[in-house]
Amino acid sequence: MPFFEAIRLALQQIWVQKLKSFFTLLGVMIGVTFLIAVVSIVGGMSAYMTDQVVGKIMAVNSFELRHRPNIQLGDHSEERRRELNRRPRIRETDVAPVAVALPEGVKYAVVGQDNLTAQSRYVARPKNLLIFTVSEDYFDIKKMAPARGRLFSPQEFERGMEVIVIGQDVADFFFPSLDPVGRELTIRGIPYLVVGVMEKQGSAFGISFDKFVIAPHKSPLNRFVNVHGVIDAIMIQTPSREGMLAAMESVRQVMRARHHLRPNQKDDFELETSDSALEFWNKIKGYLVIAGVALPAIGLVVGAIVIMNIMLVAVAERTREIGIRKSLGAKRRDIMSQFLVESATLSTIGAALGVATGFAFAKVIAFVTPLPAAVELWSVLVGISIGAGVGILAGVYPASRASRLDPITALRAE
Amino acid sequence: MSTQTVEAPLGMTAERQAVVEGAGTAPGKDWVIVTRGIKREYDMGGEIVRALRGVDLAIMRNEYVAIMGPSGSGKSTLMNVIGCLDTPNAGEYWLNGTQVSKMSDDQLARVRNKEIGFVFQTFNLLPRATALHNVELPLVYAGVPSVERKRRAKEALERVQLGERMDHRPNELSGGQRQRVAIARALVNNPSILLADEPTGNLDSNTSEEIMRVFESLADQGQTVIMVTHEPDIAAHARRVVVLRDGLVASDDRRSSFVEKLGIATPQL
Ligand SMILES: Nc1ncnc2c1ncn2[C@@H]1O[C@H](COP(=O)(O)OP(=O)(O)O)[C@@H](O)[C@H]1O
Ligand SMILES: [Mg+2]
Repeated sequence: MPFFEAIRLALQQIWVQKLKSFFTLLGVMIGVTFLIAVVSIVGGMSAYMTDQVVGKIMAVNSFELRHRPNIQLGDHSEERRRELNRRPRIRETDVAPVAVALPEGVKYAVVGQDNLTAQSRYVARPKNLLIFTVSEDYFDIKKMAPARGRLFSPQEFERGMEVIVIGQDVADFFFPSLDPVGRELTIRGIPYLVVGVMEKQGSAFGISFDKFVIAPHKSPLNRFVNVHGVIDAIMIQTPSREGMLAAMESVRQVMRARHHLRPNQKDDFELETSDSALEFWNKIKGYLVIAGVALPAIGLVVGAIVIMNIMLVAVAERTREIGIRKSLGAKRRDIMSQFLVESATLSTIGAALGVATGFAFAKVIAFVTPLPAAVELWSVLVGISIGAGVGILAGVYPASRASRLDPITALRAE
Repeated sequence: MSTQTVEAPLGMTAERQAVVEGAGTAPGKDWVIVTRGIKREYDMGGEIVRALRGVDLAIMRNEYVAIMGPSGSGKSTLMNVIGCLDTPNAGEYWLNGTQVSKMSDDQLARVRNKEIGFVFQTFNLLPRATALHNVELPLVYAGVPSVERKRRAKEALERVQLGERMDHRPNELSGGQRQRVAIARALVNNPSILLADEPTGNLDSNTSEEIMRVFESLADQGQTVIMVTHEPDIAAHARRVVVLRDGLVASDDRRSSFVEKLGIATPQL
């Protein structure tokens, strides 16, 4: 029997018993719902981690030379912690040799960072802030622009003047209903002139990215951020992703030489990329994906058992029909494929409904949480194919029973 | 068999006798059906039921044969064997010069599809399918494309005067109409034989006559027809009557002598 004929027949059969068919495909539907939902939640979290969390900290195609990792998700072993503590700091004297080793067109910025308490005359309470002292290309690399005011002039950078730009939260806290531009913020007894308020950076997991103060690297503020001659990071950005790997290798060689490392010694510095920052997340994601496969698998197994039973009942109920078809020349293969197509169609419909509900589920999650609903095409395709596959598997035994019925016995059935 | 003397069936011509006796050899092409010593036994939990005990039968192209006999004499079993729905335990069955008694399931299915048109007492229509779709079924399994299938199914329904009722389901049709749908279905793939097992068994006498007229006209057009019945006046429509008794052929007559013997009136045709 032609394939489309068989599908039409199967759809007819399914339609005749709508309610029963629905309950039959419920298992598969729930299984696929889980699959789509879990995959899209994991996908959503991934997108969130990549864009909202790490993306806010790390710029595109960039890496940072640090003495130890900045972004730490998860715990380190005691041994690893000790190793990290033994590492030498990155120093200002490292900047020039690293810069020389970088290919044409690569931007870099020196970064110092620390938490310091600040105070303004408009608010009684002082507050702890994240302070960055940066060199000129920092804003360009991070694609940060002022919402109000301006960035630092080359002279301000060059002379290390007492100017700062601040994040939205800092502006809101220290300058309530005031324009911070042109006003002062005092840190460690020195007043700094606010020249700009930066665009809102947003937040992740309830942690704001707008609680910062940025000063020129040569600013007096740097004295409180790092001991003399020490820096926290050199941020390096290449025009392309391939260039980034090459640049990383150059920087690695320069630093190994400067630290006099022998070939058998490991790096005693960190070249941190957004990928390495995501390493821990990728591990969690692995577990989530396993859960995301195991849960639907249970639903699908249950679904398969239900479909198999229903198909066995269908074969028993339709024994006479099978006899009639055989008497008219249906071969085993015809009967077999009729029932296989029927159970596959049933189960594929279940899978399609599962895709729809899974999709809806993901949308609801996206609505009530900050996670984006990233329903991925591959999960839809996998869901549908698994559905069809389950149907075929569940249908094999009933269908082969049907196909082996003796025509005379089948014709005699009620 | 030697311990049991079987009376030679009445009216069997020498020709038939000869073809039936040629064990192992293919009969000539005019013989549509030749059975040689067909046996069919059922094992009913230790007790062997011998439905057919060695049936010899030879039927030529264009014959119209009735098979009679009391209930349980093996008529249906013989029809099922001839219709390739069942396989004999022993003996030879030649259909159109090929031996089918040793074919596989799928080969038998192919023969049922191409060579046999079966009409049952209980119609055996698919209840949820329209008359047209029921008639299309043999063509579906023959792999005929949809458009041609519909055309041929329509033609077959028109041949049995059901052109107007193609879109009706069996439960919207009378008994006689249902049986005519079944006949259309049996004929749609141009089978070499039309088999009918008590086709009027579920019908009143007027409707039975109507169905008999359909068979009559098919036979007139050259269709080979074999029909089982236990009603003599139905059998009297056929041109040859085979009587089974206890799984054996008891007599095999031309209609004239059969009618004469039973003293029934020749039906009005
Ligand atoms: N499937 C079967 N299993 C057991 N016995 C059967 C079966 N089919 C037929 N028989 C027996 O074979 C004999 C002939 O049956 P059947 O061919 O149906 O006779 P008829 O059609 O002449 O009434 C009967 O005794 C019947 O009980
Ligand atoms: Mg019978």
